[in-house]
Amino acid sequence: MAALDQTQVKEGVDQETVDAVREVGTYKYGWDTDIEMEYAPKGVNPDIVRLISGKNEEPEWMTEWRLAAFERWTQIDEPNWAMVSYPKIDFQDQYYYARPKSMEEKPKSLDEVDPKLLATYEKLGIPLKEQMILAGVEGAEDMPAEGRKVAVDAVFDSVSVGTTFQDELMKHGVIFCSISEAIREHPELVKKYLGTVVPVSDNYYATLNSAVFSDGSFVYIPPGVRCPMELSTYFRINAENTGQFERTLIIADKGSYVSYLEGCTAPQRDTAQLHAAVVEIIIEEDAEVKYSTVQNWFPGDENGKGGIYNFVTKRADCRGDRSKVMWTQVETGSAVTWKYPSCILRGDDSQGEFYSIAITNNYQQADTGTKMIHLGKNTKSRIVSKGISAGKAQNTYRGLVSMHPKAKDSRNYTQCDSLLIGDKCGAHTVPYIEVKNNSSRVEHEATTSKVDEDQLFYCRQRGMDEEEAVALVVNGFCKDVLQALPMEFAMEAQQLVAISLEGSVG
Amino acid sequence: MALPEVKQTVTQARLANLVMPDAGCTRAAREDALARVLEMGLPSRRDEYWKYTRPDTLIAPEAPHAAVFHSDEPLLFSDLDRLKIVFVDGVFSPEESDDLTLEGVSIDRIEDICCKDIHWAKELYGVLETRGQTPVQRPLAALNTAFAADGVAIHVTGKPSKPISLIYRHASDSSDAMLHHIVRVESGAEVTILENGPAAARFNKCIEIDIADGGTLHHVRAQGRDHERRAATHMFTRLGRESVYKSFTLTVNGVLTRNEQIVELTGDDAIAQVSGACVGDGDFHHDDTVFITHDAVNCESRQVFKKVLRNGATGVFQGKILVKQGAQKTDGYQISQSLLLDDDSQFLAKPELEIYADDVACSHGSTSGAIDETALFYLRSRGVPTKEATNMLTLAFLAEAVDEIEDAALVEAIVNRLEGWLSRRS
Repeated sequence: MAALDQTQVKEGVDQETVDAVREVGTYKYGWDTDIEMEYAPKGVNPDIVRLISGKNEEPEWMTEWRLAAFERWTQIDEPNWAMVSYPKIDFQDQYYYARPKSMEEKPKSLDEVDPKLLATYEKLGIPLKEQMILAGVEGAEDMPAEGRKVAVDAVFDSVSVGTTFQDELMKHGVIFCSISEAIREHPELVKKYLGTVVPVSDNYYATLNSAVFSDGSFVYIPPGVRCPMELSTYFRINAENTGQFERTLIIADKGSYVSYLEGCTAPQRDTAQLHAAVVEIIIEEDAEVKYSTVQNWFPGDENGKGGIYNFVTKRADCRGDRSKVMWTQVETGSAVTWKYPSCILRGDDSQGEFYSIAITNNYQQADTGTKMIHLGKNTKSRIVSKGISAGKAQNTYRGLVSMHPKAKDSRNYTQCDSLLIGDKCGAHTVPYIEVKNNSSRVEHEATTSKVDEDQLFYCRQRGMDEEEAVALVVNGFCKDVLQALPMEFAMEAQQLVAISLEGSVG
Repeated sequence: MALPEVKQTVTQARLANLVMPDAGCTRAAREDALARVLEMGLPSRRDEYWKYTRPDTLIAPEAPHAAVFHSDEPLLFSDLDRLKIVFVDGVFSPEESDDLTLEGVSIDRIEDICCKDIHWAKELYGVLETRGQTPVQRPLAALNTAFAADGVAIHVTGKPSKPISLIYRHASDSSDAMLHHIVRVESGAEVTILENGPAAARFNKCIEIDIADGGTLHHVRAQGRDHERRAATHMFTRLGRESVYKSFTLTVNGVLTRNEQIVELTGDDAIAQVSGACVGDGDFHHDDTVFITHDAVNCESRQVFKKVLRNGATGVFQGKILVKQGAQKTDGYQISQSLLLDDDSQFLAKPELEIYADDVACSHGSTSGAIDETALFYLRSRGVPTKEATNMLTLAFLAEAVDEIEDAALVEAIVNRLEGWLSRRS
């Protein structure tokens, strides 16, 4: 962590914060698994698209859908508006499909899965054996296993290795499987919903993903069902020069509820790797989805070499009235992050929330934020974003809040805070606010080293000194974001973040 | 990158209708500016910087017609003691203007700076505009530098006893005016510059202001009146050490207004304040675009913008604070607020922060909403009729921006005008 040592740390930023950021820089998941892989030829063209489709044993309509996406992709340009810079990506110099040889014959159960693969996930702290609990949470072993079940879909490079607790979930009518399996087993659902939230031609990376996505997760929660356990997908990139393109589709039918977790890591390599995922969430009447991510892809070394280029399109469509979505993300990895989990608030009284902590260090660049599109009446959204930048990193919040003429009596509150550690990094805020009716209220606030004066005033009125008051307000605020995470992730995230803003204000 | 064909066509069409003035010593600056226009092309709706404002009528070869608005009400500031410089449809009018001599300041027409050999002016013309082209392109300003036919050079060396008042009169329905002023405030000097009047059917104005160490410039401007007029204005300001720049703009109506303020704090301990109040009633589009660059230590910048919109008016605010590496101890503040009085109006904002220094306190806020029902209820329960209560709250909302002006007489003139406007229109 030479980069951080050399930079001048601003007076007032306490040691704990500096150490925590330093800690983030030491990547714990940089090892790779030595396993025999099977690759598709390098590059992307209609044949590769057909090959991926064939490997997944997809029906004709799906292959056509992919080919149409590929056709479209060749006609559009890479976006360049984000505040990130990286060498031009040669999309023909990548593998678009890589799977462990042992996965050629799809294992019928987890017992048949290559032990090497299982060991990989074990080492990452993601045991795939049922009845085992998600490790990495201190003290979790002592808790009753029953209450702490998490179903996991593990994706290794281009394929899903296995999905746990499928039988138990089935009893409740919940479908949780890999997307390739869903295309085969539940074509009617996939056909109805795939590409309806993120259309094929949405943007450059989403279009590429539509053409070449190899696997990902599929979730369907039937009407009125509260998913009995948390669902989780763990993405691992292992192969070199391979892009990972996963696709996740979550459907929460009327009155249902699900909490979904996503984790990701990759080995430490000198060359940058591409990850372009698409997540679509459909939320019907009275349903609620919580989507939490701890993104910990390899961020590159302290000289900015290697790392993952993370170009992700995530969007939730609150179609029904009173539907609700909550995005929570802790972004600590990736060399370049380009990610805007968004909410389309179509149903009346629907709600969208976005909580984000983005930490960048060394040469990392993150351009992340959200879009809140208010279409329905009385819709509410809340954005809380914390950006922490250290070393030579650039951290940008980019967001849109749009109140359409028909979104009467809607409400948005946005709060973006940035903290800079060292004088070589940057923190930026680029919000777009579009208000087209007068009964809605929109409030946007962004600060760098500043806390809400009213809250401070309140604390001081109650006899606290300024320092104490600042500590309380800021600390409470950051913890709010962490607390939005489900238990399983909160601990991991806290270990990753563990950053206190105390003393940095004033 | 080569210019897209559409842009080339549009740009060429506009240039075909323009003649570069016989400019003597500013010729080189004008030729350079023309080269910049050709390289950048004129703005289009697809440009990120013009996302919320349609530039087509501003760049059309011919100025769209704009009827001269007749009103018995005298122009703003007419009660004040000031030095008047009058332009009619973008042409200096010696008859209507005062004698241009005043202690502490020298004023010349741009066309005279060569024959009178005014060094500072020759060296400033087009310079700040050029600096202001990065990181964001402002082709309309370059177009102005190249083709502006008139304007004044104001050299402030002391503390003039009264404000310098630039008055723009609109006389012809089809006038297409371009003015370019340059201002240099010397060390320790202080001046107030006033601007008002509708100017022309279409008005493109550029002011370059260079404030030396310890200099102070107050700028108060009122735009409006003629409902059909269009305006694109640019103010490029560079501040030296411990200098002060305070600018306020009142905009009332006008079918299209785009005001860009580009401020560069290059000396330590400088202060820049840019504020504006806007009242839009009807089919009016008003855009405030501000770009403040902090490139020195311990500087302060403030942006306060308030917009009241109704009957289909659109208010735009694009504000940016850029803190360069090393510009430590920066205090940057920005607030943009809109009051939407009905459902037909809209507020579009892009308040940005770009910060490369760690020891700074920068913040921005943006809000949009209707009149506060609780406050309205309170006033009504005290016997104030709804209309008056609404006007009071509207005025209170705008007052926060007007209060940024230091001179009490100017504040009063503007508040009176706003009160009159509100009571007539409600």
